[in-house]
Amino acid sequence: MRYIARRLLHGLLLLVGVSMLSFAFAELAPGDYFSELRNDPRVLPETVAALRTQSGLDRPLPLRYAAWVASVLRGDFGYSLAYNSPVGPLLWGRVRATLLLTGTATFLAWLIALPLGIWNATARGTWGDSVSRVVLSFLLAVPDLLIAIVFLMLAVETGYFPTGGMVSPGALRVQDVAWHLALPVAVLVLGMLPTLVRHVRASMAEVLDSPFALSARAQGIPRQRLLFRHLLPAAANPLISLAGFSLGTLLSASLLIEVVMGWPGLGPFFLEAIMARDFAVVLAVVILSASFLVAGNLLADILLYRVDPRIRMK
Amino acid sequence: MTRRTKIAAALVFLGILHGFVVFAGFLAPYPYAEQHREFPYSPPLSARAPEVVFLLGTDAYGRDVFSRLLYGGRVSLFTGLLAAFLSLALGLALGTAAGFYGGWLDRFLMRGGELVMALPWLYLLLAVRAFLPLHITTVQAFFLLVAIIGGVGWVRPARLIRGVVLSAKERGFVLAARGFGASNAYLIRRHILPLTLGVVLTQATVLIPQYILAEVALSFLGLGVAEPVPSWGNMLAEAQQYHALVEHWWMLAPGLAIIPVLLDYLLLADALLEKGD
Repeated sequence: MRYIARRLLHGLLLLVGVSMLSFAFAELAPGDYFSELRNDPRVLPETVAALRTQSGLDRPLPLRYAAWVASVLRGDFGYSLAYNSPVGPLLWGRVRATLLLTGTATFLAWLIALPLGIWNATARGTWGDSVSRVVLSFLLAVPDLLIAIVFLMLAVETGYFPTGGMVSPGALRVQDVAWHLALPVAVLVLGMLPTLVRHVRASMAEVLDSPFALSARAQGIPRQRLLFRHLLPAAANPLISLAGFSLGTLLSASLLIEVVMGWPGLGPFFLEAIMARDFAVVLAVVILSASFLVAGNLLADILLYRVDPRIRMK
Repeated sequence: MTRRTKIAAALVFLGILHGFVVFAGFLAPYPYAEQHREFPYSPPLSARAPEVVFLLGTDAYGRDVFSRLLYGGRVSLFTGLLAAFLSLALGLALGTAAGFYGGWLDRFLMRGGELVMALPWLYLLLAVRAFLPLHITTVQAFFLLVAIIGGVGWVRPARLIRGVVLSAKERGFVLAARGFGASNAYLIRRHILPLTLGVVLTQATVLIPQYILAEVALSFLGLGVAEPVPSWGNMLAEAQQYHALVEHWWMLAPGLAIIPVLLDYLLLADALLEKGD
């Protein structure tokens, strides 16, 4: 319990640090949302100054940080000048879209990677394992960006799949979303698969080679039971950490894919905010994605602490 | 194949790939920005006149894709190399300092590292890029990319190197050298740094391909090197347009060109990690 409390506090402090750092960094940035306006000869400098005063951009840094923290706690996450609205309400729909995409993809990727990796580890040295390793290595060398564009190309060519968006107007909801989801999810799964399978294979192989596995086999424990009751738990630690990381990157793994495939998630939103110098949105997305990463790692640590007595002893 | 030949083969192949882009000025049939407005989207190997042939076709402005691929590779491959060099240099300096001296310096650097690691990598890159000016010249953009990608990535190598240094400084011969009155600077230079070589090399083979992809992603998103100067990223951005998707498949060339580069670095990394013979 004390361990968990300590880890929680540590994660929280980390997030506070990240937010302060990003805030200070945004402060150092040349130009703000009104910089473009200043170059416009039709707009008086006084107007720009008035706008900056109105939006609080000319107040001292600590005050603005305090105001920002208060607005984060309210769920507003600052005020977007480009959308002229608090960031929070803009954020949630996009977070949902991203989570739907990455959640599905991560789940599927693990669903494939676990059995495949375990099978690869038991079949080391056979041609099946060699083929799967070569294919996965090749997949690792193909950029996600390229897969996304090629899939888009196929979608345009065949017309079987939509070429962007999340819903088409006037369609049955669930089926329609699933249909839009198919291609981006496939790209993400193909991107995640090689790393996951490699890790599962490596950690399983290590356990398979250990003396206790040999002795368990010598005692005649059936293969299935040996693999899933005895060996998998022993190989689980690095996989739990990896799963934590998987969960942590739920908000950030799909940025490029979303932009290419026109998925209305956080990716395009973030990019637009960068182009418009809408720092409130940039900050909100950065903090949110950092919270996910910290939370994912935290979850993995706590899980490890629960399942592995060796860690509890320390 | 032994580990040695594998490493040598991978290095030779990498040398050839880099040779192509280094000698782009010599190999490319056309300047990268030369437009043949009369031949937009010519398919590969199409001879439009006896002396005008486009090996990999042309883009929307009739620019030769093959020439742009070679010049673009310069930006993409060398951003990866230089940024990885920067990350490793920073990681080596900070990791060694943290591991060797310990104390508040160690705590400060490792806490700082945790802050950086708490952010998803691509978001961090984009956020840092977001806070810097958007409209800059090509040379500025190139060095900015190197600085951002390399500067953001120091944490992982630094942590690994710190680990190596921590164990190295307790080794018998290091303690003996210290007993003979060797200075800290001498110990680090003569005994500690050589031990970090293995980690530095394997990290290089992991970081360089990752950073090439980072450059491609940033330029693809319009936050890197800008037209008309080609990079594999901004060339791919053109392949994403609807009509390119439908009938101009050769616009994918830069995406395909990345594959052998990444594959080669993967093989090199695997060969380095293999147990020595």
